[in-house]
Amino acid sequence: MSPVATDVGVRGGDVGASAHLFAALGDPTRLRLVVRLCRYGPASIVRLAADSSVTRQAVAKHLRVLARAGLVRGRRRGRESIWRLEPVRLEVARRYLELVSRRWDRTLERLKAAVER
Amino acid sequence: MTAPDASTDRIEKSIVVRAPRGRVWRALSDAAEFGAWFGVDFDPASFAPGATVRGRITHPGYEHITMEIVIERMVEGRLLSYRWHPYAVDPAADYSKEPTTLVTFELHDAPEGTLVTVVESGFDRIPLHRRAEAFRMNVQGWAGQMRNIEAHVAGRH
Repeated sequence: MSPVATDVGVRGGDVGASAHLFAALGDPTRLRLVVRLCRYGPASIVRLAADSSVTRQAVAKHLRVLARAGLVRGRRRGRESIWRLEPVRLEVARRYLELVSRRWDRTLERLKAAVER
Repeated sequence: MTAPDASTDRIEKSIVVRAPRGRVWRALSDAAEFGAWFGVDFDPASFAPGATVRGRITHPGYEHITMEIVIERMVEGRLLSYRWHPYAVDPAADYSKEPTTLVTFELHDAPEGTLVTVVESGFDRIPLHRRAEAFRMNVQGWAGQMRNIEAHVAGRH
């Protein structure tokens, strides 16, 4: 069971937010950062860079993109920032269902076209 | 274990098609016909309860993906259901131990033809990171589509 299962947050959604979320998660490195934070909890840039194959500078850049999409937040602790996932579980779950919904719309349209031919 | 959230666990869609129920049933229950409109090239196989059926996705940009479904129930002319790993898009990942969703097609007579309803449920049990991957796949899928369109247009000039 994923540790974020208890992490339920509600936020207002709009089409623009969806586009941000798509773009933010559409990059393999950023997706790995999200999965890392999701599985093992908050971490510093140094720690995140050590766990991945990219530089601290790259991690910092990707975290800024994720932060703009509202997926992560950094909080200063001493000389470094600790980054954590925002409570996005519900948001991801909803957007995901939108993808599934659009996919079924297209699939049913193809079924319709096939049997009406 | 928390109870599934109705708003994120399940999706229901329906469409009315201008064709008799028997015709729609054939399109659902015949593996080759199903594959033709669904967009998957099934290995020679037929649908039967308990059967595992595999095939290659035929949509542009997704051709490297194998789709696998396990037929659950078949009620002649009325119902087809199967289980699968939704958006199982990473060829390197082992999805076999992960939960599946249940897809159920139901057919009902309608004045204009046949009402087709599809329900997919069980999403709340799918790991969140798997669901997040679907966004990436969506982006990649689009990139693939764009490449195909470009190739198509380039070929015409």
